[in-house]
Amino acid sequence: MSNLVSGQTGDWEVVIGMEVHAQVTSQAKLFSGSSTTFGAGPNENVSLVDAAMPGMLPVINEACVRQAVKTGLGLKADINLYSVFDRKNYFYADLPQGYQISQFKHPIVGEGVLTIELADGSAHDIGIERIHLEQDAGKSLHDQHPSKSYIDLNRSGVALMEIVSRPDLRSAEQAGAYIKKLRSILRYLGTCDGNMEEGSLRADVNVSVRRPGDELGTRTETKNLNSVRFIMQAIDYEVERQIEVIEAGGTIDQETRLFDTSTGATRQMRSKEDAHDYRYFPDPDLLPLQLTAAFVDEIKAELPELPDDIKTRMVSEYGLSSYDASVLTEERETASFYEEASKGRDRKLVANWMTSELFGALNKAGKTLANSPVSPDALGALVDLISDGTISGRIAKDVFAEMFETGSPAADIIEEKGLKQVSDSRAIEGLIEQVMAENQDKVDEYRSGKDKLFGFFVGQTMKLSGGQANPAMVNQLLKEKLK
Amino acid sequence: MDSYLELTATQARAALQNKEISATELTNAYLTAATATEALNNYVCMTAEKALEMAAASDKRIADGTAGPLEGLPVGVKDLFCTKGVATTACSAILKGFVPEYESSVTSQLWSDGAVMLGKLNCDEFAMGSANETSVFGAAVNPWSAQGGADLAAGGSSGGSASAVAAGSALLATGTDTGGSIRQPAAFCGVVGMKPTYGRCSRWGIVAFASSLDQAGPFTRDVADSALMFASMAGHDAKDSTSADASLPDLQAALHASVKGMKIGIPAEYVMDSMDEAITKLWQQGQDWLVEAGAELVPISLPHTRYALPAYYIIAPAEASSNLARYDGVRYGARIEAGHSLDDMYEATRAAGFGDEVQRRIMIGTYALSAGYYDAYYLKAQQVRRLIKDDFDKAFEGVDAILTPATPTAAFPLGVKQDDPITMYLNDVFTVPANLAGIPGISVPAGFSDCGLPLGLQVLSGAFREDTLYTVAACLEKQAGFSGQPPRHAAMMN
Repeated sequence: MSNLVSGQTGDWEVVIGMEVHAQVTSQAKLFSGSSTTFGAGPNENVSLVDAAMPGMLPVINEACVRQAVKTGLGLKADINLYSVFDRKNYFYADLPQGYQISQFKHPIVGEGVLTIELADGSAHDIGIERIHLEQDAGKSLHDQHPSKSYIDLNRSGVALMEIVSRPDLRSAEQAGAYIKKLRSILRYLGTCDGNMEEGSLRADVNVSVRRPGDELGTRTETKNLNSVRFIMQAIDYEVERQIEVIEAGGTIDQETRLFDTSTGATRQMRSKEDAHDYRYFPDPDLLPLQLTAAFVDEIKAELPELPDDIKTRMVSEYGLSSYDASVLTEERETASFYEEASKGRDRKLVANWMTSELFGALNKAGKTLANSPVSPDALGALVDLISDGTISGRIAKDVFAEMFETGSPAADIIEEKGLKQVSDSRAIEGLIEQVMAENQDKVDEYRSGKDKLFGFFVGQTMKLSGGQANPAMVNQLLKEKLK
Repeated sequence: MDSYLELTATQARAALQNKEISATELTNAYLTAATATEALNNYVCMTAEKALEMAAASDKRIADGTAGPLEGLPVGVKDLFCTKGVATTACSAILKGFVPEYESSVTSQLWSDGAVMLGKLNCDEFAMGSANETSVFGAAVNPWSAQGGADLAAGGSSGGSASAVAAGSALLATGTDTGGSIRQPAAFCGVVGMKPTYGRCSRWGIVAFASSLDQAGPFTRDVADSALMFASMAGHDAKDSTSADASLPDLQAALHASVKGMKIGIPAEYVMDSMDEAITKLWQQGQDWLVEAGAELVPISLPHTRYALPAYYIIAPAEASSNLARYDGVRYGARIEAGHSLDDMYEATRAAGFGDEVQRRIMIGTYALSAGYYDAYYLKAQQVRRLIKDDFDKAFEGVDAILTPATPTAAFPLGVKQDDPITMYLNDVFTVPANLAGIPGISVPAGFSDCGLPLGLQVLSGAFREDTLYTVAACLEKQAGFSGQPPRHAAMMN
């Protein structure tokens, strides 16, 4: 098994489970009408409910419930028609109510599954244990004043989905693939913008190690990781640390840890003894949430096609490689760009052009598909000109570079620069004859059996044509002439 | 002017409509009476200026013919209701200086129906108490006094509301009832107090004690006034998820309906050894009155009654421990700067801001919800609550209403039960079950103790059947002919 980690005393198996907090894409907060706009001034998006003024009561935002159900359906999960909001009680300055409204015993979404694919082409089903809705807390700012903390309640009450995986992940690579795939699905669904830098998607990572086949080891939880890289770094660090501790005769404490982004290390935040007793109980201000099957069906009918389905279709209908299909479906925008560019054309050729030339150029220019200078139509038109023999693939690369640079259509560039492919057999024959005349010694060598020289004649003919000769015709006519 | 104070709300309303009196005159009479009875400590804040402005506006609307159902009627507001621009403290030091930017749904409805706000009324701190003694402003005093003259408890938690209506310093008053906080003080002060079905009145803007039990209701001189005021307080509110979207029955018709043919349940479990003799007698008298009026008595059993009080004293503190977490000194109210950490500030603020009873309940509630104890306490109490509700559901299959005493004793002197919370909690023994079951209950003054103190009878009905409640209550009122005026009140008015 490739996932085992070797220590001083033998192999170890890594077991990882993730709790991902995804901010629900919605206009208003989970239980108040306040706006959720990112980037507002401190405490601008705060209602009386968010500030927990005396006598204020929560009212569930139906839009957030829809989003949670949609997410559940996108993860092929059971939707619980009956769910309950509980209070999770603890004191903190950025938690105005003194409790977070969450779902404890009866979450809105039950078990589901998410399939990840690794670089080696292997696929793994990762179990989803549950998804529940909860409120976000506010933000404490400790660096604004020498002795005081400032509180910004803009995030207070914003809806989060906590998506809890089964401990099915076995490596940092798998964990990275999991969060990327999850983010992709959420973005396809439009239920979370997946923006990790802005904190819309954060992960708590539970890591333990064990001897292969043993019972689960004691886990640590590293909190609030907000990039794929940090998630993978934190796991690698924890795995190494835990193996070292155990191999030195120590034991792992069940504890909460923090990741230091500057050093890549984790450190203890609080031990099990310091763990809060959250005193969960059903929130008496809210009735249990009762959904109807019709409500769920209505949302099911609105579900967009998800990346796994699109990928399957691209492989079976378009004949794409599994790898290309994965790359093209990672983001919803990429898939729709591809669908638009390749519609009614050579699907494979468009896929090649997107994954190699377009992505390469965008990457080099530090751009994204959203601000690509080459539109789906423009790329499609370029591929058409290759397909119908107007230009060769090699010329097309130059044309593409020009398109990327200037934004002009391929046809204009070809016209303007006279790059049209030569497919006139008499013209090509003329070129071949000239090459043969200039290289009579090579012609003799070829005819006496040195077959390898064929490529030389092709190259010379193409060169003489300035790259514009139709390569297939050059091949065919050369064979005849050299006989 | 004093004669204005003798009018019930229904009578005053007619007099205002007929322009026999003006809202300004009526309001002035009450403001004067409130000042004259200051010693009763039932107001924690008078809003005379606001009252006179509102009264002037009422007079204008009466003149314009656009009067609302409560136009010009002076109302006192329990200090648990948030009132825009008027200090709201829940009678706690921790909310010192808190002035809401918003008005509770219930009081908004009263004002939009034309009522005039006189001021904020005393109550137990965060409505936790049965004698109004836990208020940071000191106890409200019962206008009735026993022979010997010791100051008596007005009851609690809505002691100020009951005292003010009994003393004639408010025509109407709002209260809240979590375990009997309307019905018990009403009984102690000889006025009518009604706790509606849970969900009838919006809880939005009312300082929360125990969310699943809290319910606002009216304090009035008589049953007809109660129905009038209740109709204004009730109504669905989208801002309270537990608010019921149910229309009100015809209360005016209910007031005039006969109990003839009604089946009245008499629960065996409400006979208590420690009950005053006079209360046992009054209960029997109440049964006789209903029979005379044509109702039929049905002995019933509510077998889980004796578990109601223990269950209540788990559930209410559990919810309170969480509801009161927001009073942390961070955003509003009192803050005591102490030590260097956030926890130090919390501890100092909450230790100084909350009184003993509130701290006791927060600790009980925190304990009951703790890991390892939740199942044994909170969960068990919720199961008991379900059984109590089932008891009532079953009973109401066979009866229209239930008649019980409102309290086990008449009003007791202030100070005597302060050191014994358990004895104090026993005051709620007859009232708590209705809160646990969510059903409506009303306390009607119906007789006197041996010392001449008012005693109340309680009527309970099925959920959303306030019409039945008022029919039975009106019958009892009529039969009892209770027209008691507290002697102390009479003395002050002279």
